[in-house]
Amino acid sequence: MTTKESSGPVGTNVKRIDAQEKVTGEALFADDLQFGPGLLFGRIVRSPHPHALIKRIDTSKAEAYPGVKAVVTGDDTPKQIGLYLKDRHIFCRDRVRYVGDPVAGVIAISEEIAEEATRLVEVEYEVLEAVLDPRRGMEADAPLIHPDLADYVVPDFIFPKAGTNIPNHFKIRKGDVESAWAQCDAIVEHEFKVPHVQHVPIETHIAIAKVDQRGQITLWTSSQSPFAQRNLIAESLGLSQSQVRVISPYVGGGFGCKAGVTMEALAVVMAQKVPGHPVKLRLTREEEFFTTFVRQGLIAKTKIGATNDGKIVAMRTEYYWDAGAYTEYGVNITRATGYSSTGPYEIPNVQADSYCVYTNHPVGGAFRGFGMPEIHWGIEQIIDLLAEEIGMDKAEFRLKNCIREGSVIATGSKMHPVGLAECIEKAAAAIDWGKDDPPSALHKKRGKGMAIMWKAPAMPPNAGSSAWVRFNEDATVTVGIGGQEIGQGTFTVMAQMAAETLGVPMEWIRVQGPIDTRYSPYEWQTVASRLTWSMGNAVVAAAADARRQVLELVAEHWDEDIENLDIRNGEVISYQSEETLPLKNMVVYGLPKPEDQGWRGGPIIGHGNFMPSYVTGLDPETGQGPRSVVHYTTGCQAVDLEVDTITGQITILRLAAAFDVGKAINPDQVRAQMEGGAVQGASVALFEGLRLEGGKLMNHSFVDYRIATAVDMPFEIIPIIVEVPQDDGPWGARGIGEHSMVPTAPAIANAVANATGVRILDLPITAEKVYLLLENRLQAGS
Amino acid sequence: MTVHEITFTLNGMAQSGMVQSHTTLLTFLREGLGLTGTKNGCATGECGACVVLMNGEPVNSCLVLAVEIDGAEIVTVEGLAQDGQLEPLQQAFIDHTGTQCGYCTPGVLISARALLNRNPSPSEDEIKDALRGNLCRCTGYKRIIEAVKMAAEKEG
Repeated sequence: MTTKESSGPVGTNVKRIDAQEKVTGEALFADDLQFGPGLLFGRIVRSPHPHALIKRIDTSKAEAYPGVKAVVTGDDTPKQIGLYLKDRHIFCRDRVRYVGDPVAGVIAISEEIAEEATRLVEVEYEVLEAVLDPRRGMEADAPLIHPDLADYVVPDFIFPKAGTNIPNHFKIRKGDVESAWAQCDAIVEHEFKVPHVQHVPIETHIAIAKVDQRGQITLWTSSQSPFAQRNLIAESLGLSQSQVRVISPYVGGGFGCKAGVTMEALAVVMAQKVPGHPVKLRLTREEEFFTTFVRQGLIAKTKIGATNDGKIVAMRTEYYWDAGAYTEYGVNITRATGYSSTGPYEIPNVQADSYCVYTNHPVGGAFRGFGMPEIHWGIEQIIDLLAEEIGMDKAEFRLKNCIREGSVIATGSKMHPVGLAECIEKAAAAIDWGKDDPPSALHKKRGKGMAIMWKAPAMPPNAGSSAWVRFNEDATVTVGIGGQEIGQGTFTVMAQMAAETLGVPMEWIRVQGPIDTRYSPYEWQTVASRLTWSMGNAVVAAAADARRQVLELVAEHWDEDIENLDIRNGEVISYQSEETLPLKNMVVYGLPKPEDQGWRGGPIIGHGNFMPSYVTGLDPETGQGPRSVVHYTTGCQAVDLEVDTITGQITILRLAAAFDVGKAINPDQVRAQMEGGAVQGASVALFEGLRLEGGKLMNHSFVDYRIATAVDMPFEIIPIIVEVPQDDGPWGARGIGEHSMVPTAPAIANAVANATGVRILDLPITAEKVYLLLENRLQAGS
Repeated sequence: MTVHEITFTLNGMAQSGMVQSHTTLLTFLREGLGLTGTKNGCATGECGACVVLMNGEPVNSCLVLAVEIDGAEIVTVEGLAQDGQLEPLQQAFIDHTGTQCGYCTPGVLISARALLNRNPSPSEDEIKDALRGNLCRCTGYKRIIEAVKMAAEKEG
């Protein structure tokens, strides 16, 4: 795909095409679908222990409870399930591995009855020692959470270590780190911690499943991955993909937590017990906090060194990921953060060991950024510390070392054209970098900080997209895609690309929803900020295919060379004869041949697909390979803030966000992503963290787990679009959805350090922590 | 379980219905009346996705029992547009991208409607304060606040 000139809606601020139905309440989400009086409700019996053996389950009292239709247990789920590593049973069979692990499911005529009956299911446990820290999990005498790890099915780029709690260990060995330390004039070494956090979509997880008398399954879910769910659930239940149909309407917030399979298979197994009846399972807000994916906790140990002239020479990193009880995505987050462990810097000597470690904590999953916000927390602070050590301006130090076109990155691969340096310069300028602005009061201190980032889509090398484009009689167009609208605006962007390629007005485009695996074209998953690029390419190919069919038909009709024809504003025009012909009717009914000799053409439908063909494997011992990923999106955030020294309170005054998106298909929507991501990033940075005590979550409500509200986020956000085109992106576009929150937390931490001298190594940066550190420093200093 | 007959005005129309004592207004609207625009985000009064107007005041419908609306006037998100015409808040949310995933949007619009009804030209701080009970995880609130400002200007 080459970069094309745009004359239509691509590159313009088209309004979201889903906004009208979202402001009227007409937009349908999974919980809004109607199933009639046959609908049954499921509730789940969950483990109260972080680690235990199941000795006995007695479901007889629950089954006898009036209104209960059936109870399911692990006996109903013989085969294991998992996206990469197949490491869990849909319902636990002999062992529970976290507080909340599903042990049994009760199906009843109402949610209340199902909930009451869950208390009648008797489970006898033998409690085992729990692993509550990843480094403890790596010790030789640690209890094994998955004793059968060696037998699990796993793809060839994940490396579980038999007889340990390590389902993946990813290594980078580039250059010679140990001898490189001698060349360094300054070396800094630190340990950083990131707690588990929750995605907090406002719509909790929901699934409604129905099984017909032939055993065929229909599943309605709020899902970022309808096709992956179809595939994984079918495989786990011994069915073919065509026997499972997943229908997914609008998703009320995803951020990664509705990717892969979380709780959806529970509803399916329950529905298998009551054929003909749909069974609805909706998680409560409390369950949402700890029984679906959480962002993994991380301990990061980093050592980095540079010469006095500001060149980074070597970097050594160890990541200990608190993966939780199972690792749907965790093993691949471990891999992605391993090969991205340098951050967006060119460093000749790199050693990285990224360990995924099972613990008896909630299940770690993908969260906006796929490990990148977690690792950049440490990377971007240690870069600041190293710059301080050699006495160089932090923006200048980043500009000196950041990746540019042709840089050799940690995997030995060459960097594609990239606008990171421009992002740094523009973000810095936007907050008057280098200028000492006064604080607003005597007891306040003002400071500035920045952080840069990179992130590649982390996915199998052959993750594919497909699309179709169909004309209706009135020349409106239906675009079929399998990627999901989760709020990021993908339906709008796909409509823009289709309209532009076809040459029809934007208002003529409809994007087909809900996503239905029976009718929608295949899409790997709505993850990795990959849709604008990957699904966009498929939509452009499908629209080009439809356009070609129209032009061939008219060329024959007019007896003209197809090269002279074009579609503009919904009409075929000839640049030679200056004739025009509206698309209406012709695109379905065709055109009559001369002299009543019949018709030509027919209903026009175009199709297209896209799959990257060039991603290579990485050497298992060194992590080196010619092309590790499809591309990296890069960017920079710069923060100007104040710290109240009496309360520790942080007030962000300005945040500039500059990202190289290749090409903004819809600049206003790109800016909306930058703003939303900055606020989500600031919320995680300042407030959030799961409080796990003995494996049990203590803060499972919005009162105890605070997220940013309208009142908390008064700061000015300055979004800056940088466009260095992606060679295989539509009009040069690459993703932006996740990237916008990756650098926020370290940028804030760096600004707090700049303002106060206090450096916080463990997220979150709460006012309490800042206050206590200021106090200690004052005591120590005075 | 006692069943009660209630009469109320819903989006301008007089209506009656039978409800059980323990049924919340949220459940009654969504499951009893099939008005699914009002969303369930927590069912404990913490997220604001289920906000409706009750006698002109914004309430979390998950914390109101359906029997309590006997004699009351209720407005849900479905009642904002009149005769196929969007109201200024709705149009402003489209024009300024006040919605992304859309799940919090009905509750946000109703809270904003209540604000503009009692204060036609609110300051930015008053808008933030009126929306402090409505959680949004996508937008970062900036465009929501701008959209409410724009709607107020248009109405004013």
